[in-house]
Amino acid sequence: MTRAPAQSQAENSALPAAEIGGETRIVVANQWQLIWWKFRKHRLAMAAGVFTILLYAVAVFAEFFAPYSAGAYSAAHTFIPPQSIQLLQRTENGWRFYPHVYGFKVQVDPESYKRTYVLDEAITYPVGLFVRGESYKLWGLFATDRHLVGAAQFGDPVYLLGTDRLGRDVLSRTIYGTRVSMSVGLVGVGLSLLLGIILGGISGFYGGMIDNLIQRSIEILRSLPTIPLWMGLSAAIPLTWPPVRVYFAITVLLSLIGWTALAREVRGRFLSLKTEDFVIAARLDGVRELPIILRHMAPSMTSHIIASVTLAIPGMILAETALSFLGIGLRPPVVSWGVLLQEAQNVRSIATAPWLLFPGLAVVSSVLALNFLGDGLRDAADPYQT
Amino acid sequence: MNRNTELEGVPQDMRPLLDVRGLHMRFPIKRGILRRTVGFVNAVTDVGFSILPGGTLSLVGESGCGKTTTGRCIARVYKPSAGQIIYQAEAEQSIDLAELDNRELRPFRREIRMIFQDPFSSLNPRLPILQIIGESLKVNRVASGSELEDRVASLLRRVGLRPEYIRRYPHAFSGGERQRIGIARALALNPRLIVADEAVSALDVSVQAQILNLLQDLQEEFNLAYLFIAHDLSVVEHISHRVAVMYVGKIVELADTETLFANPLHPYTEALLSAVPKPDPRLRNRGVRIRLEGEVADPSNPPDGCYFHPRCPYAQERCRQEEPAVREIDEKHWVACHFAEELELRGFEAIGATLGATLER
Amino acid sequence: MQPIHTRLDDNDAQDDEVLLDVKDVKTHFFTDEGVVKAVDGVNLSLKRGQTLCVVGESGCGKSVTARSILRIVPPPGEIVSGAINFRQRDGGTIDLATLNPKGREIRRIRGGEISMIFQEPMSSLSPVHTIGSQIIEAIQLHLPVSKGEARKQAVSMLDLVGIPRPGEQLDAYSFELSGGMRQRAMIAIALACEPQLLIADEPTTALDVTTQANILDLIRDLQQASGMSVLFITHDLGVVAEIADEVVVMYLGRDVESGDVDSIFHDPKHPYTRALLQSIPRYDSRQSRKLYSIKGTVPHPFDRPSGCPFHPRCDDFIAGTCNTIDPARQLISPGHSVRCLLYADANAGEQVPVNSAGTQDMDMSN
Repeated sequence: MTRAPAQSQAENSALPAAEIGGETRIVVANQWQLIWWKFRKHRLAMAAGVFTILLYAVAVFAEFFAPYSAGAYSAAHTFIPPQSIQLLQRTENGWRFYPHVYGFKVQVDPESYKRTYVLDEAITYPVGLFVRGESYKLWGLFATDRHLVGAAQFGDPVYLLGTDRLGRDVLSRTIYGTRVSMSVGLVGVGLSLLLGIILGGISGFYGGMIDNLIQRSIEILRSLPTIPLWMGLSAAIPLTWPPVRVYFAITVLLSLIGWTALAREVRGRFLSLKTEDFVIAARLDGVRELPIILRHMAPSMTSHIIASVTLAIPGMILAETALSFLGIGLRPPVVSWGVLLQEAQNVRSIATAPWLLFPGLAVVSSVLALNFLGDGLRDAADPYQT
Repeated sequence: MNRNTELEGVPQDMRPLLDVRGLHMRFPIKRGILRRTVGFVNAVTDVGFSILPGGTLSLVGESGCGKTTTGRCIARVYKPSAGQIIYQAEAEQSIDLAELDNRELRPFRREIRMIFQDPFSSLNPRLPILQIIGESLKVNRVASGSELEDRVASLLRRVGLRPEYIRRYPHAFSGGERQRIGIARALALNPRLIVADEAVSALDVSVQAQILNLLQDLQEEFNLAYLFIAHDLSVVEHISHRVAVMYVGKIVELADTETLFANPLHPYTEALLSAVPKPDPRLRNRGVRIRLEGEVADPSNPPDGCYFHPRCPYAQERCRQEEPAVREIDEKHWVACHFAEELELRGFEAIGATLGATLER
Repeated sequence: MQPIHTRLDDNDAQDDEVLLDVKDVKTHFFTDEGVVKAVDGVNLSLKRGQTLCVVGESGCGKSVTARSILRIVPPPGEIVSGAINFRQRDGGTIDLATLNPKGREIRRIRGGEISMIFQEPMSSLSPVHTIGSQIIEAIQLHLPVSKGEARKQAVSMLDLVGIPRPGEQLDAYSFELSGGMRQRAMIAIALACEPQLLIADEPTTALDVTTQANILDLIRDLQQASGMSVLFITHDLGVVAEIADEVVVMYLGRDVESGDVDSIFHDPKHPYTRALLQSIPRYDSRQSRKLYSIKGTVPHPFDRPSGCPFHPRCDDFIAGTCNTIDPARQLISPGHSVRCLLYADANAGEQVPVNSAGTQDMDMSN
């Protein structure tokens, strides 16, 4: 029963037999696979991720998704309430599949001259998918006139989410607003990220006086009240600037504050990774500084940074919306959610045309989706924690 | 502890591989918005020892005694504040590692390697084993491509892991297996000295025995020298040829393992030995118990005189005022205590920690 | 895979002296990846005034066993079967396994009758309350005393656990104390209501040897003074040798061997116990130089081996038997039981002679 203490090398090896075969996929999984597997378990974040992808798809292909162009108007159809799509139509032979919306009659109140629309079930306008409509050039390149959804016959008044005071389609405008609002978030965060990584990296890598200087300036920047600062700065944007330039000026403005949080995140990670055993081990292996940062430190940070970036986008979207709503951000004819909401900025619209608030719903859902997505990413960012 | 004089006239092959003299390491304490230095933590103060080729020197002491910092100075994770780390390079000449900058250290980093305590944080979770072990081979242009894979595979085999594991990531391994990977990484460039910082402390008893055996096998096979940092005295007793006991950044006693355990000359060593749990219930309440009162001194504000005097059961007036020098009391037995000659201290056997009737059946 | 042996019957469960009797408790964790059988049939019995050490390597379920007793197993963990009979101060016996883990009954027992101390005192002491207020709270929760009276008791508690200047330290926060002092403060809180049972989960693992020795002395002294029982969880066999009266050795959620400390150390039966004992470095093991080591590692909880869970690592493995039959607990001698097929046909006290070379050829499956 007693064994000679000297064991052969093979017997001494630390091999549980069960590890061979079976679940081998996980043992060779790299960090992105592990993150993906962990993220996949987070149902809400998965759903939010799909929704976010859809939102950006809508933003990219806005011309295709929107039934009308952003500027199209019809003086005859102002303040039309949303028309609901009817899928079936009653005929003599029973029901048939015929997607359509009902037309409407205009009634003018003889005393107040107020126009009200009354549903007229006698008139139907067929609705279809991939219909021909206004022609456009997608990204200025591909000329086409196909739209995802719209009146099957070009020219029929079909307004699924109603129209505004100039008879512009709210749905189309909200879709075009998605492009601007969602991209403001992305571009703004991109700029913040650039500043954050460079300044945070310098701060964490060099330490000492430089670190001190950067950290103190971050603290000062963060102590400024943001809304008045943005207001002051955006008020300084000349009215004569073309819309595209205003758009970029606003994103730069937003990222001016946004980078500080990311810089802190990067610096903190840098500092803690610098003393991590595996980084020391790499240094002792003779690896030079730059490869240590790129091969050993950066991959440990990217997943966390992606998560923080996702969580930073909603802030940008809200900031843009707030500024535009106050009339000091983007201005018409640029269409953003904030600009659209500015139109709904009075009691009358809420009382008589509540559908004008639809862009607000878009803001809420996109912000929520990005937050859920960011939360999920943050939880999955470090798959090695147990 | 300056013993360099003894080295003159010693033949080449008997010379120590590493001779540490007067090593100091202090870390600044920074406070306030401007991060001004308001003081220093003297983590290591005037430490000296030597390690022979193929020998094992252990550093023991309570947490915060500076043993890890000493090890990291030797591996040049830190640049020591003062002192010399004389390394006997293979090319006949000896070099003071303490003075070299990162570029000059490069060739020696291949020969002096380190094994870390935490098998989890010491392997980059985002790289496969091939790259973790092969990193040093690649960086030093020793091997690449399929040759690199072959070398890593044979290293894995040497430490008792299957070569097929080469593409796996660290998360697929248990603590003991990870420690084997860490050892393989240390072995990659045929080192001569390995600093093993608490290399078995985080492991379970059975795995610890596997790793200790592996370390001993490797020592015999490659004539490796170890600087073994540990707090577990039974492990230290098992693996080391010589032992240095540290207290608040200083070496208080250094001797051959058997001498130190049988005949300690410093009261702190005696207390440490006495505190080791006796591995046999029949030894309970046998022999003497020495229990230390109070806490380890604060290295940023150490007491006057002998750092150990507030806790020493034998302390006298002289201990409170005069700092004891390290003296060679017996041959190759150094101790820093004013009363080393007078005190009758008890070794492991007198304490009753050894087994009368052993468990070997 | 039916156990082929007569099951061990603990008659001493009726014994007045038995304070805690854990019977075949199974605590499983229902995770997304599958069921982790952290504790899969553990038995232990602790007498009044005694110290029972539960010893095993990481992942053997010793901590979960302790938490199961106090019903503080974190979700998704659940006790799926078994009984935890605890004799209360009033003489009645209660099965803790059946209580609602959030109910009043178990809360009265926690702290009042059973207290627990942990490996890392920092995480179980509140950083925003002083040590004193935490002890006073513990006292007032379970005893009908005034605040002043409780404070006086708290000072004497701190004094009892050897904290210097107890009057001042009462107003200290946990982060102001050193590791050893924190552990003492936690013991003071745990003992504030004079529990019948103290569960200590690796209380000295994070400490230096010198401090560990002091804490072990303290627990031993307090136990002698108060007559409480101690359930001590540890992986360190040296600590076991120092303080245990009884020992339970665990492997993969099972008690593989239990008995009094002397028979575990000097007459170990289970191959795992023997291997553990042989793999600790000892003062006089220098001659042999090489330590005995158990081959392989503790398997992953999802890859639980069939039959005896230790068989892949066992030197006395009998092919065809150990990997198919799940060994039942068996009494080797009074108070000494083992789960091992080597002793399958041996009645109490007798031992099957096995030589390591011959085991492979013996056919015991018939």
